[in-house]
Amino acid sequence: MSVHRPEGLSDVFMEPTEAPAAPPTLPTLGLVGWLRWAWRQLTSMRVALLLLMLLAVAAVPGTVWPQRAQDTAKVATYIADHPTTGPWLDRLGFFDVYSSVWFSAIYILLFVSLVGCILPRTKVHLAGVRGRPPRAPRRFTRFPAQGSGVVDAPPSQVADHATTVLRAGWRWLPFVPTYRVDTRDEGNGTLSVSAERGYLRETGNLVFHLALVGLLISVATGQVLHYRGQAIVVQGRGFANAQVDYDTFEQGTAFTPSSLVPFTLRLDEFESRFDPVTLQSRDFTAHVTLTNPGEEPVEETIKVNHPLDAGGAKVYLQGNGYAPDITVRDASGQVAFSGPTPFLPQDEVYTSRGVVKVPDVSGDQEQIGLVGYLLPTVDVRETSFGPAYASVNPQPDDPALVLAVWQGNLGLDTGVPQNVYELDESRMTQLMDEDDKPVTLVVRPGETVDLPEGMGTLTFNELTRYVALDLRHDPALPFVLVFALLAFAGLATSLFAPRRRLWLRLAPGAEGDDGRTVVTAAGLARGDDVGLQPELDRVLAQVLARSADRPPVAPRGPTSGEASP
Amino acid sequence: MTTGDLSTLLVWGAATAFTIALVAYSIDLARIAERAQKRVPEAALVGSGSTRPATAVAGSEDQSAPGRSARAEGIARSTTLLGLVLLFAGIVLRGIAAGRWPTANMYEFTIVGVFVAVLVLAVVQRRRVIAFVGVVVMGISVLALVLALNAFYIQADQVQPALQSYWLILHVGVAIIATGIFTVAFAAAVLQVLRSFREEALVDGPAVTVGTPGRSDRFRRWVGGPRFGWLEQVPGSRELEALSFRLNAIAFVLWTFTLIGGAIWAEHAWGRYWGWDPKEVGTFVAWVVYAAYLHARTTRGWSGRRASYFVFVGYAVVLANFTVVNLVVTGKHSYSGI
Ligand code: HEM
Repeated sequence: MSVHRPEGLSDVFMEPTEAPAAPPTLPTLGLVGWLRWAWRQLTSMRVALLLLMLLAVAAVPGTVWPQRAQDTAKVATYIADHPTTGPWLDRLGFFDVYSSVWFSAIYILLFVSLVGCILPRTKVHLAGVRGRPPRAPRRFTRFPAQGSGVVDAPPSQVADHATTVLRAGWRWLPFVPTYRVDTRDEGNGTLSVSAERGYLRETGNLVFHLALVGLLISVATGQVLHYRGQAIVVQGRGFANAQVDYDTFEQGTAFTPSSLVPFTLRLDEFESRFDPVTLQSRDFTAHVTLTNPGEEPVEETIKVNHPLDAGGAKVYLQGNGYAPDITVRDASGQVAFSGPTPFLPQDEVYTSRGVVKVPDVSGDQEQIGLVGYLLPTVDVRETSFGPAYASVNPQPDDPALVLAVWQGNLGLDTGVPQNVYELDESRMTQLMDEDDKPVTLVVRPGETVDLPEGMGTLTFNELTRYVALDLRHDPALPFVLVFALLAFAGLATSLFAPRRRLWLRLAPGAEGDDGRTVVTAAGLARGDDVGLQPELDRVLAQVLARSADRPPVAPRGPTSGEASP
Repeated sequence: MTTGDLSTLLVWGAATAFTIALVAYSIDLARIAERAQKRVPEAALVGSGSTRPATAVAGSEDQSAPGRSARAEGIARSTTLLGLVLLFAGIVLRGIAAGRWPTANMYEFTIVGVFVAVLVLAVVQRRRVIAFVGVVVMGISVLALVLALNAFYIQADQVQPALQSYWLILHVGVAIIATGIFTVAFAAAVLQVLRSFREEALVDGPAVTVGTPGRSDRFRRWVGGPRFGWLEQVPGSRELEALSFRLNAIAFVLWTFTLIGGAIWAEHAWGRYWGWDPKEVGTFVAWVVYAAYLHARTTRGWSGRRASYFVFVGYAVVLANFTVVNLVVTGKHSYSGI
């Protein structure tokens, strides 16, 4: 049997059991010859080793330099801070390591090498599983496990018995034979019994490697088909799964809008719990109402670690904060703005920063901008500069809005998209009081304060909460999981299932010693296997012991070729 | 005293016990070295006369072999066990004090990891003390415990919502066990390399090299010299290779589980199963290096000593993944509390 063996693979198990190997033929080089040579190199063990180490090394820069995929801003800062090296690093892909040409080249070559190595081995293994255990080698002396003995029974009877011993089942799986057994007649009355177990080891190895290929393909498929979006949803408000409803949206190249199932989601209530002493977060729960198209609304909860499945997508609770509900009336008493505005938490005690833009004032009044903080539990301290406000607890025990007031043109009509959390101050002026200090409004829920210079009033209606949701749809997820688990199972099997070959040679006793058999045995295992010699000893002991006291058996059935793996 | 303080006290107790064990192992090792030094000419003769020095030396199996110090070994053994009991109690009390499974931060990770490493050491040594492996594992363990108590320590407490998952037990627990086993496997690999150099030196004779000696020749001569006589007392390099491999194989499978489990958890907690976060990269790199080790073992010309160099690299990555990535690099995995 010609065995496929990747160049450089050192594996006793694949050595031919009889020595003579064909003399190496020098390749006749030509284009085909070179290609063949290159392929053999690529699929060799040495190159696989090299590629693995390269992959390990190539993955490291991604932790050393900031990565665009995770933090674009950080990359921009880095390049700005390093005007000479930055652009070069950028050109060489050091800010996009995992999608760079060199990183991709390494893992693609590795996978090509893997496939080139594994497919032929799979073929050989399938043939091996269907074939007979390899014939007993002529000499046993070079094998790692050996044994011998003499028994009072003719070879044929010993062979039968050895077959029974070897084919005995597992303790916990009595119907599955341990070994596959094959008996051959070597002439001169000598029989040999070949036995092999542990085909699962090679099977596991192949499954592991092929599962890695499956994993790679699944991950790539997911990349192409996925979508992901972020949305901020305020308490009492809804959200529809449509591209326009997202604050940010990102999609794979083969994404089709039809994979967005148009469900709607409403945030009914948001609960948070913090440790009273350390103020660390302990629990966040969003109570939502989910309405799938054509179905009754259902109440659900979303927690960190417990995403909600909706319309084939998963909805994650990524963040939360406060959205004060404010009404601004202009000088003429008209409502110019009303509704909740999300403020972004800046620290552990939810000191939250936000901007309220009031463009729709009536008449020819100037537009109003409010910038400042929401403090869920306010603490006021008098300082020489006047009162200082700080939040002391993330829970809304005594919330207050502390705002500065700007007047002028908000710049919303320039056509340039604006950050809703920043005020463009270029065409606005901040309002000052008589002492020429900036005006600071402090408002508590239910309170109404006058805006300076008779611009109108501001009412803090109530404090509502919002959640930042992250939606992701990746149709390849189940495949990724299955291939990962297959790889794991294959790996464990290939490392822990022993693969062993045992051979027994049953020679008739010397002249005049008829009816006796000289038994010699040898064993071979893949990898190191401390259990090989004990197993050989056990088998030999059983063969020697019981063959002797069994009565001569009647007709002999065929023993070869009927075993199972 | 609160339960948390008691736990800390017990961990200090364990650190003390392990320190004594470390000293005892070192004395044992020194004794062996001393005796071996006296017997060098004879040992060298045995070694060079035999084609398989591995088996020639592996014969000296019995406990009372000359050179070992029975007292030191006894002390090492009992303090190891004592330390294990104290540490175990400390871990359990820590869990009780925090009201959860104690594997949520670097402090807890380190103390449980040390427990696993020493437990594996105790199991490996249950029939035969290998003083060198004891010294290496105990050295790392004492260092790690002191570091944990002084640098990583934080008050026992509940955890943030992102960590409230059974994966805290599965993913982190398995990672800890894997790290502990990698530690012992690393110690065995170091010993294997030394031993294998010495075997070569004894077979070739230190003076065989012609021409200018390379670095590895010099190293071989050094290890072949009398100072390393104690190496005669340890199992043969093939045996140590087998031990290191078996441990590494188990740890590698557990590491694979850590990787997959981490990805499943990340899918729940962070909304993606893989994002090349620094901790993910570190875990991946370590995994690839150990995969390379497994491949090296079966590659012609790389098996044996050369393959074990991969274990050194792999173990260094595992340690860096725990220390550098947690403390220096910023990523999503910032749960150390420091
Ligand atoms: C692909 C994803 C992940 C990978 C590859 C990964 C890998 C690892 C590894 C190897 C360790 C142990 C060694 C060490 O700390 O250096 C570890 C520890 C830990 N992991 Fe993960 N992990 C992943 C996801 C997660 C997720 C999603 C969480 C929780 C939300 C998490 C929480 C932890 C914690 C708490 C520890 C131990 C404490 C510490 O390192 O300070 N891991 N992770």
